[in-house]
Amino acid sequence: MAENETLALEIRHVTKRFPGVLANDDVNFDLRRGEIHALLGENGAGKTTLMNIVYGLYSPDEGEFLINGKKVEIKGPHDAINYGIGMVHQHFMLVPVFTVTENMILGSEVTSGPSLDLNRARREIIELSEAHGLDVDPDALVEDIPVGVQQRVEILKALYRKARVLVLDEPTAVLTPQEAEDLFQVMHQLTDKGVSIIFITHKLKEVLNVADRITVMRRGRVVGHTTPKESTQSDLASMMVGRDVILQVEKGAAKPRNVVLEIAGLTVEDERSIASVKDVSLQVRSGEVLGIAGVQGNGQTELVEALTGLRAARGEVQLDGQKLPFENPRFGTEHGLAHIPEDRHKHGLVLPYSLADNLVLCTYYQKPFASNLQRNDRAVDRNAVELIERFDVRSPSQYVTAGTLSGGNQQKVIVARELSRPISLLVANQPTRGLDVGSIEYIHNEIISMRDLGVAVLLVSAELDEIMALSDRIAVMYRGEIVTVVDAGQATREKLGLWMAGLHPGNA
Amino acid sequence: MEDKKSSHLIVRRILAWLAGLWQSLGVPLLAVLLALLIGAIILQISGASPVDAYSALFKGAFGSSKNLGRTLEKATPLIFSGLAVAFAFKAGLFNIGAQGQLLFGALASAFIGFAVKGLPPYIHIPLALFGGAAAGALYAAIPGALKTYTGAHEVITTIMLNYIAINITDYFADGPLKDTSPGNIVARTPAILDSAKIPSIQSIPIGFVLAILIAVGVWWLLWRTTIGFEIRTVGLNPSAARYAGMRVAFTVILTMVLSGFLAGMGGAIETQGVVGRYQPGFNTGLGFDGITIALLGKTHPLGVIPAALLVGAMKAGASQMQFSAGVAKEITDVIQALMLFFVAADMIVRWIFRIRSASEEKVILSGWAQGK
Repeated sequence: MAENETLALEIRHVTKRFPGVLANDDVNFDLRRGEIHALLGENGAGKTTLMNIVYGLYSPDEGEFLINGKKVEIKGPHDAINYGIGMVHQHFMLVPVFTVTENMILGSEVTSGPSLDLNRARREIIELSEAHGLDVDPDALVEDIPVGVQQRVEILKALYRKARVLVLDEPTAVLTPQEAEDLFQVMHQLTDKGVSIIFITHKLKEVLNVADRITVMRRGRVVGHTTPKESTQSDLASMMVGRDVILQVEKGAAKPRNVVLEIAGLTVEDERSIASVKDVSLQVRSGEVLGIAGVQGNGQTELVEALTGLRAARGEVQLDGQKLPFENPRFGTEHGLAHIPEDRHKHGLVLPYSLADNLVLCTYYQKPFASNLQRNDRAVDRNAVELIERFDVRSPSQYVTAGTLSGGNQQKVIVARELSRPISLLVANQPTRGLDVGSIEYIHNEIISMRDLGVAVLLVSAELDEIMALSDRIAVMYRGEIVTVVDAGQATREKLGLWMAGLHPGNA
Repeated sequence: MEDKKSSHLIVRRILAWLAGLWQSLGVPLLAVLLALLIGAIILQISGASPVDAYSALFKGAFGSSKNLGRTLEKATPLIFSGLAVAFAFKAGLFNIGAQGQLLFGALASAFIGFAVKGLPPYIHIPLALFGGAAAGALYAAIPGALKTYTGAHEVITTIMLNYIAINITDYFADGPLKDTSPGNIVARTPAILDSAKIPSIQSIPIGFVLAILIAVGVWWLLWRTTIGFEIRTVGLNPSAARYAGMRVAFTVILTMVLSGFLAGMGGAIETQGVVGRYQPGFNTGLGFDGITIALLGKTHPLGVIPAALLVGAMKAGASQMQFSAGVAKEITDVIQALMLFFVAADMIVRWIFRIRSASEEKVILSGWAQGK
């Protein structure tokens, strides 16, 4: 009994400063043996920083760690692994062309003499997966198995290294609702065996479903402890944000008019001529939001990139009755297409540029921002001041670089740029990924007000809640094809979840 | 109250500006200092007096108006090759080929200089100058096109093209364009006509003034025009450039062409202002020094000027140092190499002087948080 009372992990008074930011401010956190302790907070609240400190990737400026009641120093991931801490990152760290077994032993190879002993490793892995009820095929190539199973491999990898404390960083971001349920079961099986889990997330529903205890962080500080029994979604949301939050998007009925975007027989093939989008036909009307639901990696990215000129494709796309050429992003910009890209760091922003430059990234060559190849800095500046004000970008000035802003404010910069010119079609891909509740609220409202102004909106999101909250019609995408298109009123989470897994409406 | 607040704000702005200046200039300055320090140790070990050597070096570079003129003369082609490398760098391209482009520029300007006769200087000088620049530009278009259409990395192709350039220009100087005047046995072109020569005013070479103007022009192009915006965007984030509708492939080729234009003009000025003809071996290293100078100048077109002056001064002062302090002038090459080393390996300098990099922690963070 006495052993059970000691804490699996205790973090005391951890402070971590980055230049200009107090990422963790006197944080205390403890993890009991065999519990699921959710660490909840908006992006930039300091959750990931704290976990990176625990995993030895950063060293704290102040503070100490206790593992099983003993003070320890963690100087790097190697130490963390030795102390039984395992981490499953948001983006998996697996080698796609290796088998499950090969991935599992990577970095702690089982050898006999100078050669790998894959057979022994394989046996150990089978034993381990049976012991924990984590079903995987040790000989399958990682690239061939579904994302949910890849995640299981990551968890097994940590267990294989004798992890007793498991950190799961936003584990459900890449899963279907059903896969997420499976994961929660696995988590409970693990805690039954005495493994302790830190569950990092910003999804309130999940926290209330699976956590034993909840710690909420805001701006680098722990702002509260609670349990699922004592709290509701809106309690947690206001704790996270520091004020009351409206979780539902308020919107009236859509008044769809003429067809703005007409996609007919669109096919996208990659370099190896494998089709990631197969013969997709869709219509989006003025004044409606068409949501595309689907698990990440089912062709949504390629569909959007084909529409916005970033990727070659076959088929017919018409924008306002005009043929939209492929691989010509500027045509879209000049003909009323706005694009909020999936990856704001890769496509959406030039991080070392000032906000002012980022706000004219697509229109820098047009009047008044330039004439005869010469830039007009005054106009660029004026535009920035106006948009920063209008779209409520929190920034000391228009001269700071985009890289210094928080994710939410970066996204607001993109939204400001894209929505401030006259548009008839908005293509928004994962517009709120990784954002805090406040920014999500803001961007959702912007999208709906665009719709109400008569803009046609094509929304792609892996967050089912977002699709359901904003869409007037929902198309479900699976393996590059549109499984079905339904009115939002007829869609339920369960039905969408099944369609997202590839079941056809006729069979469901 | 208001006054106090605003003056406080101004002080803070100035401090922030100084901090920014230190951020960008600190490392190059300290790298130069470290290189000189290690150079002094080497001098000491080899039995010479560092103080004598350095003061001779300094006198040789700045001691008289004639010496100063020589420093400026040495710095002139270096400004061009430094600009060529720095300019390409802004588009994310590492133009190791400035040497080859410079050689073609020097040869082409020499050809126009001696072969085109009967022109007044105000036409002949710019004709030869732009002819040289155009030759460099054309030669740089090759790696630009190879990169765009085949994906061949410009570092590899420009290194190869340097060898090709050396051999082709050697061939011309010893073959079709050889100086056939009686008594000449070396590989060289005929001397250019007086009408193509760039003069000096007092001890200030006109070429140097031109170099400064061109540097300002490059700065203007990069930060004041839409083309510059496209170049910098392609350099910082090609994906975002594509998203924004910029023609990335075109921009890459254009940048290489303009970079070669600068290098070629450097070669032309050397021919028309100093050498007076094309002769193999007279331009050796000028293009390669451009890499040192661009990095020392933080790849900023205006930073290139002091960097080129520094290296030019060392070249100009080296002979005097050898003569009066009895030190082999190759020591200046060692110091120059050390400067490049410390600038390139700026982590070492930051570590020695405990300069905190503004981006250090963020790099770890972004590499991590993005995770792709």
